Amino acid sequence: MSTAELHTLTGAYALHALTAEERAEFELHLEDCPSCTQEVRELTATAARLGLAMTVTPPAALKEQVMRRITTERQDPPRVPLPTQVPFHRRRSRVLPRLVLAACLAAAAAFGGVAVWQHQEAQDAQEQAQRAQQQSETLASVLTAPDAKVTTGKIADGVTGTVIVSRERDKAAFLASGMPEPPSGKVYQLWFDDGGTMRSAGLMDRSALSGPATAVLMDGPVGTARGMGITVEPAGGSARPTTDPLALMNFRTV
Amino acid sequence: MNEVVHIGGIAPAPPDLQKLLGKVARGDQDAFSQVYDAVCGPVLGLVRAVLRDPAQSEEVTQEVLIEVWRSASRFQPSRGSAMTWVLTLAHRRAVDRVRSAQASSDRERKAALLEHTPAFDEVTEEVESRLEREQVRRCLRTLTELQRQSVTLAYYRGLAYREVAELLAIPLGTVKTRLRDGLIRLRDCLGVGA
Repeated sequence: MSTAELHTLTGAYALHALTAEERAEFELHLEDCPSCTQEVRELTATAARLGLAMTVTPPAALKEQVMRRITTERQDPPRVPLPTQVPFHRRRSRVLPRLVLAACLAAAAAFGGVAVWQHQEAQDAQEQAQRAQQQSETLASVLTAPDAKVTTGKIADGVTGTVIVSRERDKAAFLASGMPEPPSGKVYQLWFDDGGTMRSAGLMDRSALSGPATAVLMDGPVGTARGMGITVEPAGGSARPTTDPLALMNFRTV
Repeated sequence: MNEVVHIGGIAPAPPDLQKLLGKVARGDQDAFSQVYDAVCGPVLGLVRAVLRDPAQSEEVTQEVLIEVWRSASRFQPSRGSAMTWVLTLAHRRAVDRVRSAQASSDRERKAALLEHTPAFDEVTEEVESRLEREQVRRCLRTLTELQRQSVTLAYYRGLAYREVAELLAIPLGTVKTRLRDGLIRLRDCLGVGA
């Protein structure tokens, strides 16, 4: 979507009338558009007035229930800025701008680099190091592909998933920020969505979950997949998803 | 026609709602009780307007208030008033509920949407008697028919703009601009500042 088109979405955004993908794209645009941010603030306040106009008298029993429930409800800590986050969220256009590519590459290199360094310590891990190196090279080639397309979606509160697809390289990379560790004995598994049939695209490494968001290469070719999903599976992964997906994302087509 | 308007009756958000939220963020249950009193009526009214079903509306209202308790520390006064923050949470939740209930069958959903006559008249009918309602109603009347239909379908029915386009049989781009123009006109009429 062009910047001019995005700008007209302030109203739809304030009214929650966008799809999750459009919402995510618009929020990226907002970060770089102070006038849109101002307009969104005003239109959101205006929409709230439409809500305020509907005020009713709530039943008294409701308060008792809510007051009882909060006594067992843990409160979220305030958000504090994370100084070392790789600025993936700065990405705003469909095709990765150069600066972000550099950041992606830096992350990929750091990931590969750390892997290489660690395995040089242990001499018998040479082969593994090579594999890691190779992986990060393929990853870099996906991220830098001229036709790389980025789709961002919200997985949960505070968790954003981003998938980068290169049809030319027939590969995709996935990255999530703010993803909690999976429950013990469980893993996150990635899937390609072949028109409703899920094809495994490998497991998400635990190292991809800690620290700054790190892109992981999805196993296998993109093929005709039109989207991807992520599920929680027993350790080792499954041949087919055994739980409801945490998120399903359609690849951007234009 | 002259109507009796109870100026004292609308009790806009108490000026200290923001301060109260600060206390709630630190775990103050008494402060939360006061926040509850100030926001529950608007939240329930809004959620009920969108969901219609009374039982579901109370359930979602409870979820919204629990979210206010849980995430009070995330409220940023620089982004808008406390009431706006709470009602935005409430609208988002109500809309999510509508969409997840509908997502089960897209085809059925489309058919159902097309069969239903838009509820905006019904909704705006309910917007009455109190000053706030009167003002919103008056301002809604300043919109063009298409702006008013688009805004009320999106807000009070929780429709995505694509669905609004389908219902009103107008192009997507037109809906986007009508939603924006409509809200801008409402903003100016209501005198909403940021």
